[in-house]
Amino acid sequence: MVGLFQVEELARDGDTLVRVAIMGQALCAGFPSPADDFLEGSLELPRWLVPNPPATFAWNISGDSMRAAGIFDRDLAVVDRSLKPGNGSVVVAAIDGEMSVKRLRIEGTRAQLAFENPDLPAFSLDEAAEGEIWGVVRFSIRWHIARAGLVR
Amino acid sequence: MSRAIALIDGNSFYCSCERVFDPKLARVPVIVLSNNDGCAIARTAEAKALGIKMGDPFFKIREQCRRDGVRVFSSNYTLYGDMSARTNAVYRDFAPRVEIYSIDESFLDLSDVHPDLRIELARDLRATVRAWTGIPTCVGIGPTKTLAKLANHIAKSQPTLDGVCDLTDPVAYDHWLCRIAATEVWGIGRASAAKITAMGVDTVADLRDLDPRPVRKAMTVVGERIIHELRGLSCLPLELVPALRKGCAVTRSFSRRVEDRPTVEQAVAAHASRLGEKLRREGLGTDQLTVFYHTSTHDRGDPMRSVSTTVTLPEATNDSLVLIQAAQLGVARTWREAPGGRPWRYSKAGVITTDLMPLAASPRALIGQLDRERSGPLMAAMDACNSRFGRGTVVPARAGLADKRTWSTKFEMRSPRYTTQVSELPTAHA
Repeated sequence: MVGLFQVEELARDGDTLVRVAIMGQALCAGFPSPADDFLEGSLELPRWLVPNPPATFAWNISGDSMRAAGIFDRDLAVVDRSLKPGNGSVVVAAIDGEMSVKRLRIEGTRAQLAFENPDLPAFSLDEAAEGEIWGVVRFSIRWHIARAGLVR
Repeated sequence: MSRAIALIDGNSFYCSCERVFDPKLARVPVIVLSNNDGCAIARTAEAKALGIKMGDPFFKIREQCRRDGVRVFSSNYTLYGDMSARTNAVYRDFAPRVEIYSIDESFLDLSDVHPDLRIELARDLRATVRAWTGIPTCVGIGPTKTLAKLANHIAKSQPTLDGVCDLTDPVAYDHWLCRIAATEVWGIGRASAAKITAMGVDTVADLRDLDPRPVRKAMTVVGERIIHELRGLSCLPLELVPALRKGCAVTRSFSRRVEDRPTVEQAVAAHASRLGEKLRREGLGTDQLTVFYHTSTHDRGDPMRSVSTTVTLPEATNDSLVLIQAAQLGVARTWREAPGGRPWRYSKAGVITTDLMPLAASPRALIGQLDRERSGPLMAAMDACNSRFGRGTVVPARAGLADKRTWSTKFEMRSPRYTTQVSELPTAHA
């Protein structure tokens, strides 16, 4: 049971950052901890994962064409639009009015948006009638508990 | 260095927000409708070209929209609010002082930027906002807010300027002021437009060169201030801290006509609860609440009724439960069963307060003191739940659960809340 006031504390905290406590030293009665001078507080996940919040957006992934890049059906892709796309970037791109996730391959002046699934061929951006890179995927999220993704 | 203020705003902001997440909307006409899908309040250039005007009632243009392939959306204020916060976060990276003027317009203080570099900075700002958030913008720069607003209008209407106009540059100032109609100036409404036309004013330059004293006689100090601002004399400072709110209203049209008392009671309770939420966010309270509900002037031939009553509380509060009681008392005082069995068909209800004060500093009542010590933590817990688990998760029972309210404002064509709801994120195909 969580008391209502604890809920308030959680909500106040949870909205902005998630603190992952680093295993700290307990207060030592005898000798001072040799780690004292090295404590750096907790790891602030969102600031680390999301250095630029106004440019960061989350997308649902649907489909298996990025399997070899470690992105699977029903994962979440976190896109940072302030990152410059380069050779090898995983990007969200609008292709013929559809949003899709692809690997950007640049060779000379030729840009290709490639699948990452050995069963599928690569296709290049200029083959598509219209293609525009929406943003670079900074990381993706995959739940290892069934359907946990939609439960907050 | 001379003072420089920039006004940056989103082009067809609501429509642009929709376009960021749906590539099918690129280059097609898009409009966004007001509450209850009433009228067009945002239009892309393609929609404007089809002759759709600001404020056109949707029922009048519905056929044209279908014929011309206009994509129509209900307003998605959750999305627009989040995108607005993102753009303002980018503005703060570029300017030390930012005044958020409206959901899609902000004033930036660029006085510290060298005059030769202002245009370059504005172009960089536009490009960054576009890249990071997907929102296209225009930037107008001037020595005063009025001139910044005018520069923004010029940047928007002159395609050759590429979205940036700097009126702190004397050459641009002299060039544009005699080419733009005075009616485009910020603060010149229909009434004052007629007055200045009668004074022989045609362009902005004509308006600027008027003698301020007769203008004050005709158009009060507001008119005089416009003249000074056009001359580069700043009369409107940047408001970096929003002024304390003096009044607050929550009013909504029903999605259908309402005839029964329980529904009106539930609606004013929901509005009072929302009012309490807004006041708590700013630490304000009120000791009186005006409740109103009325029939629609569109229902010609039906019996008309408009009711408004003010309920006074023993002391200021922002406790939703107390405000709900006051709202219900307002309905109880004014409810009438229609004579002759033909009920009034109400179209709108709301609650209004006009005497807000900081709650902590408000005087306590000698008699009938409310229990702030208990209600404060209860409301804080309710707000915390709603902030964490989504709005409407915990509601006072009298207000009814949000998805069971049959009278709520319609948003039938609303796009997903792409950026704030885990269950409504956009999908990319892999």
